Amino acid sequence: MKEIKGKVFLFGDDINTDDIVPHQYLNLRDDNEITKHTLENISPNFAESVREGDVIVAGKNFGSGSSREEAVNVLKTLGIKAVIAESFARIYFRNLINLGILAIKLKKAKEQFSEGDNIIITLDKGEIINQTKDIRIPIEKIPDFLLKILESGGILNKIKKSK
Amino acid sequence: MNLLTENSGKTIAEKILSDHSSNKSVSPGEFIEADIDLVMVHEQLGGRIHKEYEKLGLDRVWDTEKIFFILDHWVPAPSIEAAKMHQDCRNFAKKYKFKHDLGMDKGICHQVLTELGFAKPGMLIVGSDSHTTTYGAFNCFSTGIGATDVSVVFATGKLWFMVPETQKFSFEGQLRDKVMSKDLILQIIGDLSTGGSEYKSMEFYGDGAKSLSIDSRMTVSNMVVEAGAKSGIFIPDNKLVEWLKGRSISNYKLTMPDDNADYVEEFNYDLSKIVPVVAKPPSPDNVVPVSELPEIKIDQAFLGSCTNGRLEDLRQAAQILKNKKIHQDVRLIVIPASKEIYLNAIKEGLIEIFLNSNAIVGNPTCGPCFGGHLGVLGPDEVCISTTNRNFIGRMGDVSSKIYLASPTTTAASALKGKIVDPREV
Repeated sequence: MKEIKGKVFLFGDDINTDDIVPHQYLNLRDDNEITKHTLENISPNFAESVREGDVIVAGKNFGSGSSREEAVNVLKTLGIKAVIAESFARIYFRNLINLGILAIKLKKAKEQFSEGDNIIITLDKGEIINQTKDIRIPIEKIPDFLLKILESGGILNKIKKSK
Repeated sequence: MNLLTENSGKTIAEKILSDHSSNKSVSPGEFIEADIDLVMVHEQLGGRIHKEYEKLGLDRVWDTEKIFFILDHWVPAPSIEAAKMHQDCRNFAKKYKFKHDLGMDKGICHQVLTELGFAKPGMLIVGSDSHTTTYGAFNCFSTGIGATDVSVVFATGKLWFMVPETQKFSFEGQLRDKVMSKDLILQIIGDLSTGGSEYKSMEFYGDGAKSLSIDSRMTVSNMVVEAGAKSGIFIPDNKLVEWLKGRSISNYKLTMPDDNADYVEEFNYDLSKIVPVVAKPPSPDNVVPVSELPEIKIDQAFLGSCTNGRLEDLRQAAQILKNKKIHQDVRLIVIPASKEIYLNAIKEGLIEIFLNSNAIVGNPTCGPCFGGHLGVLGPDEVCISTTNRNFIGRMGDVSSKIYLASPTTTAASALKGKIVDPREV
């Protein structure tokens, strides 16, 4: 994967899929319409502030709750390239990988970043550079199995290529 | 693979995943591709699934017999948007010739699927709903997946898994009167926290587990996802075999754990010590005994959902409400989880008890649980609910509050207009 360069949007623990896509927008079915409401109950300006390449940093159990993949697709639509969290809810983790968004588990993630920090993620070197704080943070190797899905740009692309 | 795992036996989850993988002896942490026995889809089919699947440009699905399709979240359609979503679902099911299109009159996916015998011991089942874990009560490995994963299964019949570590729960003793398996699973989630079982399989053993009815087990398996678990599987026993026989369900593989299976953690619970609890907003692990709550007045009580809309739940609630009226400031909404349950509740006189208590009885649907329809909460309203999630705004306005509880606690609270211990009513 190429390096990811963007700004940090910081969130706390237990951000659930109802927070990311509130239920009343679930049957809109238009990606752009649903995306306008991303995280609106807890961070009302989020959707309009995000730029291509930006990254979410969060605490434990990110993406808990329902299997609604809209909660990952809105981040993809907004251009979010990676989510760094202390831990992930498993369906959400799968959905991130399957849609081609890098999911990085990192201990004490919240403490190592502030809202708006400029960061660069390089998987080749296995590190995150926090340019604002001038620190380098080593990350665990992404298993090859998952890396192949990410490098294909998501699991459906991987299947298309193999057909 | 290290020596330790080579020599150890397997948990139920490891055995079922081994049976469905080309690697016939899988170990925790390993990535595998497994053959899926059944995939359940609901309205998500008309949400993201059909859009994602069409991208593959395939004119068929892998197996028209192995897809279970039902509409349950917004039934009957409460809005034009929901109606359009249903149209997309039906069109997709017709186009790809689904053999099991259940329509929208049968009830909630997890309830109907199990009533009809689609969940059999030893199966590997996935579904477009996080509460797909429910089938663990039937000794299945079952788990929720997103729309893209469903598309992968539709195309190939296979799915990638990371083999989970297993947590062993040994239950002894029996639940006391008016204490329900909802109290047990809420207590477990409270003890473990919402991430306590992250990416793990929970397995339930012991005489206490065997003492639970199939309905009660379903409530436990249903809510394991609230602790982050991938699956929540009960050891099979005679009660399960009898249940299957009663519905003429055959051709299954009861899957027991090996004696020397490896567990990442072990927990013991004495069911006789469980008391009525609630999960306070806004998290299912915010669990306290009802007896320790200050006075909390309620505006609404909801009895239903895939967690607690079964016949046993309705019976226990009706026993509390019989010949009584609910508090004048409370609305009680009762929704049987399926048509079969609804019909039985009519035959047993339960629906009459609810109606005479001034409850509103609705058609089987997920409806209020996720704020969809049939009981959406207004600003600052408080609801006691037998459902599974009390997140901010889950059932309506962002300022409304949800207390998760058992059917008995919910019924007793509806009578009193405030949250009360069902043993005191």
